[in-house]
Amino acid sequence: MMRTADLVASASRALRSNPLRSALTALGVIIGVGSVVAMVALGSGAQAQVERSIASLGSNLLIVVPGAQASGGVRMAQGGGGRDTLTLDDVEAIAGLEGVLAVAPSQRGNAQLVANGVNWNTRIEGVTPSYMLARDWEVAQGRFFDESEERQARRVVVLGATVARELFPNVDPIGQAMRISGGSYEVIGVLESKGQSGFGMDQDDVVLAPLTTVKRRISGRFRRADTVSQISVKAASEGELNRLQEDVENLLRDRHRIRPGDEDDFTVQNLSSITETAAATTQVFTYLLGGISAVSLLVGGIGIMNIMLVSVTERTREIGLRKALGARQSDILHQFGLEAVTLSLAGGIVGLALGVAGAWGMTSLFNLPLVIAPQNALMAIGFSGLVGVVFGAYPAWRAAKLDPIEALRRE
Amino acid sequence: MTAPLIEAKELVKLYQMGDETVHALAGVSFVVPRGDYCAIVGPSGSGKSTMMNILGGLDTPSGGRIVIDNADIATLTDEELATFRNRTIGFIFQSFNLLPRLSALENVELPMIYGGVLPKERKERAAALLTRVGLGERMSHRPTQLSGGQQQRVAIARALAGRPALLLADEPTGALDTQTGKDILNLFSELNREGVTIVIVTHDHEVAAATKRTIEMRDGRIVADHLNGSRAA
Ligand SMILES: Nc1ncnc2c1ncn2[C@@H]1O[C@H](COP(=O)(O)OP(=O)(O)OP(=O)(O)O)[C@@H](O)[C@H]1O
Ligand SMILES: [Mg+2]
Repeated sequence: MMRTADLVASASRALRSNPLRSALTALGVIIGVGSVVAMVALGSGAQAQVERSIASLGSNLLIVVPGAQASGGVRMAQGGGGRDTLTLDDVEAIAGLEGVLAVAPSQRGNAQLVANGVNWNTRIEGVTPSYMLARDWEVAQGRFFDESEERQARRVVVLGATVARELFPNVDPIGQAMRISGGSYEVIGVLESKGQSGFGMDQDDVVLAPLTTVKRRISGRFRRADTVSQISVKAASEGELNRLQEDVENLLRDRHRIRPGDEDDFTVQNLSSITETAAATTQVFTYLLGGISAVSLLVGGIGIMNIMLVSVTERTREIGLRKALGARQSDILHQFGLEAVTLSLAGGIVGLALGVAGAWGMTSLFNLPLVIAPQNALMAIGFSGLVGVVFGAYPAWRAAKLDPIEALRRE
Repeated sequence: MTAPLIEAKELVKLYQMGDETVHALAGVSFVVPRGDYCAIVGPSGSGKSTMMNILGGLDTPSGGRIVIDNADIATLTDEELATFRNRTIGFIFQSFNLLPRLSALENVELPMIYGGVLPKERKERAAALLTRVGLGERMSHRPTQLSGGQQQRVAIARALAGRPALLLADEPTGALDTQTGKDILNLFSELNREGVTIVIVTHDHEVAAATKRTIEMRDGRIVADHLNGSRAA
């Protein structure tokens, strides 16, 4: 019986005797494992990005907008459109529901901003202070307006990071004056940046102003005074979100006197279910990329099998001799098996390194987070070892079964 | 008196070639006592190599019975056969069959690797054997860096590595010139005097005359079996 150390020495000697061939054979597995690792990392990065940006819209959040749900798809909170069916009384009523952490009405509009001679067209949201909590905003600089400023329709604004950067590139925006739709406003705060939303929208390209101010002076001038274009409802916990969604729907149907079977005049969007859908989509995408790459790993395995078969044929005489000298079938099987596994494992390790490097390059190119789960890396290594076992088994078995006399007669 | 080393009874080896059955061995019986040194001669195709392969545990007979060193070859499992080839037999080939990438020393170590001998002991024994066959200065040479006679000496050292009871050599001098062949035969005689039982196959009657006993084969049968006069005393 051969000692393990001798087995390893024998296999590594055989591989080193033809380094170029060994390297080229391992290359198939290197490319396979490398592309699987890189593609899965890319997909996971995209997934993390989608989840992160949707989560940045606000966690445990329901968004109520006027109008019925667009059939066959999820419509994002655009607000504004449709009839004005949501009122401040609705807001009050929702606030009374169980499990509500914050309710925030908002009125959206577009506005032309002018400051320091710079023009900037952006989205303006008329909100109440509860909007900060409901939508997970933080003030980076200055302060937010309070309840009484809101009630008094003061001409104060809090700028999104993009707006602040565009309009006040070199000066501290706090205390600066700016004009919106002809009126003069004071900048009292700047929001913490949230970045892009999952839908490609720059969330920081926004101006927040008191709801009453926006209703009276900017966007709601021609609408009823007590309607809003959107209601944000934050649940106290994620577990209550679905129940709360039903409660809000029942409440509004009741308040709007919608009979069973009739179409709602509002839509409640559940951000966590949108997140799940989007994440599931990108996950499918990840599996698809990984699956396609796995095919190249398979091709790498076939390459190993091919070379091992060639090697068994070339070394037939050597195998016959080893058997004549007392090698058991298991000794031969183990030696050739070990050669195949060593090739594929080495390929797997190099492939993992290259895959991580490739993933790093691609994710920084596409501006995605780099996500490489350690268990995925281990799986890549384990899988490459398995490829060696599977594709090395047949050639090794052929070698082990060779008839020594036949083998020795071969030239 | 101890049991003979080899006891063959009515050995048969058949090869099926299409419709025709070739009797490579057609009922061969003989006994080789321990310490014997015998030559098998006969025309080409008479079954000499077939016989050697069966004696060496590389091939199994189609019929008859063969017992070597108290082991009935036909009853051995694959693993037992491997051990038998490793421990009981030392095989020497006409074409040396050294592994070209290994040094002389590593070639001699090879059977001991399969015998599970530890590296330190393995190297010592291999070095001692190479010194014994007169290659003490050539241990790290590759086969291609050695002459034919030197290569056959390495092969003999390798055959001795498992401390075999029986040394088998199929035309060991066939690929060597006359003088080198004589040197190899002298080495065999020395080994035999030290107690190793040797069976060699040869075409050359001069080679046969250097042994103690000649077995002559023809068409798969033994047609003559006699002691060589000069040595028999
Ligand atoms: N694998 C085989 N298949 C078919 N026939 C075989 C096989 N091996 C040997 N034979 C036949 O068996 C007979 C004996 O062959 P063997 O090799 O034993 O002869 P030999 O005495 O060693 O001859 P040589 O002196 O030429 O080496 C021959 O007729 C040969 O053709
Ligand atoms: Mg022959």
